[in-house]
Amino acid sequence: MIWVDTVLQGVLLGGLYALFALGLSLVFGIMRLVNLAHGDLIVLAAYLILVLTTLLDLGPFMAALVALPVMFAVGWTLQRLVLNRVLGTDILPPLLVTFGLSVVLQNALQEGFSADSRRIPAGWLETASVPIGPISLGVMPLLTFASAILVTLALQWLFYRTALGRAFRATSDDPATASLMGVKPDAIFAKATGIAMIVVTIAALYLGTRANFDPTTGPARLIYAFEAVIIGGLGSLWGTLAGGIIIGVAQTVGAQINPEWQILAGHIAFLAVLLIRPRGLFPRAFD
Amino acid sequence: MAGASYTVTTRTRASQIAALVAAILLIVAIALPTFASRSLIQDMFFILTMLTLAQFWNLLAGYGGLVSVGQQAFVGFGAYMLFGSAILWGVDPVAGLLLAGVFALVLAVPTAFFAFRLQGPYFAIGTWVVAEVVRLSVAQWKAVGGGTGTSLPRDARDLMWGVQWIERTLDLRASAARDVLAYWLALALAVATIGGIYWFLRTKRGLALAALRDNVQAARSVGVDSDRMRWIVFLVAAFGTGIAGGLIFLQNGRISPDSAFSVIDWTAFVIFIVVIGGIGTIEGPIIGVLVFFALQTLLADFGSWYLMVLGGLGIAVMLFAPGGLWGLVSDKTGLRLFPIQRRLERRGDGSPDEIE
Amino acid sequence: MALLQTRGLTARYGDFQALFGVDMELAEGETVAVIGANGAGKTTLMRSISGLLRQAPEMVHYDGRQIGAMAADDIMEAGIAMVPEGRKLFPSLSVEENLLMGCHRRKVKGPWSLDSVYALFPILKERRHAPGTALSGGQQQMVSIGRALMSNPRVLLCDEISLGLAPVVIRDVYAAFPQIRASGASVIVVEQDIGQAMKIADRVYCMMEGRVTLSGRPGDLSREAIHDAYFGANA
Repeated sequence: MIWVDTVLQGVLLGGLYALFALGLSLVFGIMRLVNLAHGDLIVLAAYLILVLTTLLDLGPFMAALVALPVMFAVGWTLQRLVLNRVLGTDILPPLLVTFGLSVVLQNALQEGFSADSRRIPAGWLETASVPIGPISLGVMPLLTFASAILVTLALQWLFYRTALGRAFRATSDDPATASLMGVKPDAIFAKATGIAMIVVTIAALYLGTRANFDPTTGPARLIYAFEAVIIGGLGSLWGTLAGGIIIGVAQTVGAQINPEWQILAGHIAFLAVLLIRPRGLFPRAFD
Repeated sequence: MAGASYTVTTRTRASQIAALVAAILLIVAIALPTFASRSLIQDMFFILTMLTLAQFWNLLAGYGGLVSVGQQAFVGFGAYMLFGSAILWGVDPVAGLLLAGVFALVLAVPTAFFAFRLQGPYFAIGTWVVAEVVRLSVAQWKAVGGGTGTSLPRDARDLMWGVQWIERTLDLRASAARDVLAYWLALALAVATIGGIYWFLRTKRGLALAALRDNVQAARSVGVDSDRMRWIVFLVAAFGTGIAGGLIFLQNGRISPDSAFSVIDWTAFVIFIVVIGGIGTIEGPIIGVLVFFALQTLLADFGSWYLMVLGGLGIAVMLFAPGGLWGLVSDKTGLRLFPIQRRLERRGDGSPDEIE
Repeated sequence: MALLQTRGLTARYGDFQALFGVDMELAEGETVAVIGANGAGKTTLMRSISGLLRQAPEMVHYDGRQIGAMAADDIMEAGIAMVPEGRKLFPSLSVEENLLMGCHRRKVKGPWSLDSVYALFPILKERRHAPGTALSGGQQQMVSIGRALMSNPRVLLCDEISLGLAPVVIRDVYAAFPQIRASGASVIVVEQDIGQAMKIADRVYCMMEGRVTLSGRPGDLSREAIHDAYFGANA
């Protein structure tokens, strides 16, 4: 029974990792950009939500709702002012710029909020749980997982059922030809990063309410997100969700065996998948 | 024109002067401990080890196109193997430096095996994951202190090769003598690194590497094996980075997983040094480490502002002057202190007639 | 007054000059063919008009405006659509999605819509859910032409549409041109296949080494004159 519980908790934890990963997957899918500051942007959004809860005296969910447009604007501006300038065939400039951004963000947060760890208060929800037979599942983990599925569905709809999604895919295939269709690749990229920041904000809501965070929490989240994306297969949204779940389950199972092995077990699951299926579990047919 | 004989050369007047200046600087640097203060020696040690790390990262990313953010794996693993071999087997730490390099090299084989499966930018995070795995695994190694770390045993520290000789010759206390030894080793390592990389880049293989960076397709079509080049560069960089890591913690005397595998200290700083100085040149990291040291001295009291300035500067350089500071200088003046291009020079008379 | 005109259009790639002062015009409703050997500068001409290459503003005039320096997406919105060399379908989009990309930005009512494009190329309707790149070369070319038509352009630029296609397939693709012309679009076709181009064109420009060497109505040009303009007088 304990193992069923462990695996279930792992699946729910995987929802959180999928939320971390979906934004990264979106941006990579459209502009082949790996944003090394992705984890720090999640932490930035978590601090934003925290500030909004105290400043406007809002609940965490309302505060996240207010944070959504702000983070969209942050992403849009970041892409317009900085990242669009470094996109190109050379992978070095975008990597180094986002790495620099990561260091700047971490230290700016440290300056603004100190190195103390914080948590977004969620009241009774923090401890609420639903008993299912002999197992009890936390309400927050369940909400996280449900959100991950909803975000995956929403992105799937956006990508495959809307004109914007069509333009995303066309630009990803061939920006020059897309511009012959009247698409402005720079504007498309800015919208994509804005949308990724919306996903980041949702991820931040659950990161911040479920556990403590501090200015240096970001890089580890980037790594989990990255592992989920690679396990799932580049560009596959459902694959990313599956990847998140695999990391989550590996971590809870590892922790069950020895608490010190939690993080290590997640990484080892990732390396194992990379060894067996280098292109991930659900690779796209073409790149 | 007809009948004039030409010779192929890579020398420039600037490079000859630079070689002379470098020789003088080297003599001064070797003699430095006889007249300099201990804190200057420590600063120089820091500069030289960071320079070594920067040169190896530059070889990887600037010449090999392998953007690794996981070099802390080799710094930390090398350092831990030096401590481990001293604690468990009583190996002299100076000899342990070689072991540090060899073990880092051994670690690089599985690392490359995994990371090379990841395309382009994902390679970067792949190396980071490996570094995390190594950090978490080493934290389980109780003999070297697990998660809290350990110190170099007293015997190993005080009886290290050369320390007593330095104590006697320079009339220093043991701790100062250790710093001098570490400094000389760092100097030797930095000089060997720069010399070795310069030599490598001028060999046939090194030229192939530059060709690969400039145009993968073209280089392949003339028979450059890109996979093999990537392996060679990655392994060489790991070896050197491991030795540097061992040396840094030999001087430090204490080690912990968080300090030995710090992504900020051993990768972020190194990347900023290379980017600010000028990526893809040997001169760049030299300029970069000096700027880095100056900034650190100036902003030491401002805590996290210092890192923000450094990160911001790195971003600004990437956006507005991707060639870095050295790129600005050499574009303006055509100066090359470590020329790699081969040029035709007419033999006999003094006026070289350059054909690039 | 010409709808589209190039005046002294020059283009260079670094040190290599590809066009040397090309003057060319296209009247409303006209179909013009540009012929020439490989490297004559035909594709550079198309890319300069469509905005994929940006030149000095006054080098290209369209509908009373100087568009030589405008971006490709703004030029398409103004009504110049291009069928690029090599067809360039979006591999991750289905046939129908590829067509819909054509009117992503410019949504002008006119003769062309999904229905009329499917009527022009019935095979595309059958395969509308297939990935664009799963189609044969000729069908892909039909998608590329249909995609450009979806915006109801005033000017249609077709770059080497017969390249790499079998003669019988080329005939099928070119069979659509009378209808395209009847819909009111002005057309520039760039071709190495002189025969097809001469059949549909009102006027012909012949290019060699970045210059226009001959122009006129197909009927007025002798075989020898075209041969000389195409290969050079000494060939």
